[in-house]
Amino acid sequence: MRAQFVLSEIGVGLRRNLTMTFAVIVSVALSLALFGGALLMREQVSVMKDYWYDKVNVSIFLCNKNDAATAPQCAKGSVTGEQRKQIETDLGKMDIVETVHHETADEAYKHYKERYGDTPLAATITPDQMPESFRVKLKDPEKYKVVATAFAGRDGVESVQDQRNILQNLFDLMNGMNIAALCVMALMLVIALMLIVNTVRVSAFSRRRETGIMRLVGASSFYIQMPFIMEAAFAGLIGGVVACAMLLAGRYFLIDNGLALAQKMELVNFIGWDAVLAKLPLVLAIGLLMPAVAAFVALRKYLRV
Amino acid sequence: MIRFDNVSKTYPKQNSPALRDVSLEIEKGEFVFLVGSSGSGKSTFLRLLLREERASHGMVHVLGKDLARLSNWKVPQMRRQLGTVFQDFRLLPNKTVAQNVAFAQEVIGKSRGETRKSVPQVLDLVGLGGKEDRMPGELSGGEQQRVAIARAFVNRPMLLIADEPTGNLDPQTSVGIMKLLDRINRTGTTVVMATHDQNIVDQMRKRVIELEKGRLVRDQARGVYGYQH
Repeated sequence: MRAQFVLSEIGVGLRRNLTMTFAVIVSVALSLALFGGALLMREQVSVMKDYWYDKVNVSIFLCNKNDAATAPQCAKGSVTGEQRKQIETDLGKMDIVETVHHETADEAYKHYKERYGDTPLAATITPDQMPESFRVKLKDPEKYKVVATAFAGRDGVESVQDQRNILQNLFDLMNGMNIAALCVMALMLVIALMLIVNTVRVSAFSRRRETGIMRLVGASSFYIQMPFIMEAAFAGLIGGVVACAMLLAGRYFLIDNGLALAQKMELVNFIGWDAVLAKLPLVLAIGLLMPAVAAFVALRKYLRV
Repeated sequence: MIRFDNVSKTYPKQNSPALRDVSLEIEKGEFVFLVGSSGSGKSTFLRLLLREERASHGMVHVLGKDLARLSNWKVPQMRRQLGTVFQDFRLLPNKTVAQNVAFAQEVIGKSRGETRKSVPQVLDLVGLGGKEDRMPGELSGGEQQRVAIARAFVNRPMLLIADEPTGNLDPQTSVGIMKLLDRINRTGTTVVMATHDQNIVDQMRKRVIELEKGRLVRDQARGVYGYQH
């Protein structure tokens, strides 16, 4: 195998097909950028889950004396000391529970004041209107249901709330965007593959004189197909590099600069550069291999030996 | 070297076969003319030798190999022992004479040193010494065919297949080409040449195989082109 010979063949082929090559590069770049973006989005969701699920609790709100009118579960009136004690010991017996914090009505009032102290509503609230609650931290936040079935509906319990529900909507939205990105990626991928097949066909046709002679003098099919496959792989690799640049630029402009989400949404911890960098080799590898395989398949049809 | 046993070839979607029940043998070092009118099956015969086509019935042996049983990936190896020359030369117009010949060695992975040695040699043999750097377009038809022959012969094939190599050339030039093919034959290379050129066949007095509508109708040791042409 003579590298120089093969390389010069590739150069000639790419130049001859400049417009098609460009189309291949753009479509590969877009599909891979979407692919990488979807991967990063998934990672972002899991980073946020890790971060937030650590902070959220399952709250078991207990009835206070005002709830009797508004909540049917509390029809029997305020929670009794015995009921409270029973809940606390039951929680202590559960393996899945990590810690239990009892928040009294006064504490709840204090927290509420801290957060909403200067709003007109806060001024009208009194401590005995606040519900007392058990803040339960679970070893595995996904096990919320176990706690819910154990305590919901019990006497003295107003409701069991999983704070994750508040986040769930956000994660659902992000997952939806993720799926949408993957769908667009799939379409772009089809376009990219068709363009590659077409490019290879045109390329094989424009070089049929050479390949015809190669066949006659007994060049192996590998040797004959090599330049075409390398051409596709090379274009794909450039597309992959562009996709990588798009991902890096995307991270930079969305999070650090430009949109600067990191400053606007301080509560969200975003994925770091290392996460982006970790995806690049995969994007490059797919950019290199996918067109090569597509070209190989196309050649089996258009370059009979 | 070449053996056909009851070979028939029918192309897909065609009723009448292109070759019918052809049996023959060609020994190493022979020079064989393949004659017959257009559509008599000459091209099919050559395509079977090159394994561009497979026989529908019967067995084709080339260089001791049963082509029906030769797997696809071994075909290139087999073709390296064959040289092929066509009526239309099939040179690469953007490469020089020497590059055209070297191409046949490059694409089968011969080393550069080997190419540097054998290309001038074979160009001398075909009488094109000194024209290495010309482009095919600057050469006469006869010279272009010599380049094609040099390319077919540079890998020292056991068998040279020529499909009407003089079809595009005037009689005088044709004689030169025939002398060259004869010289190649004398090096021990078997030559199978399909032709319409009556004068050449009559002058050379070599073995003549005549096909007619796909059948072998004549196999004559020191033959002429035909009885009534």
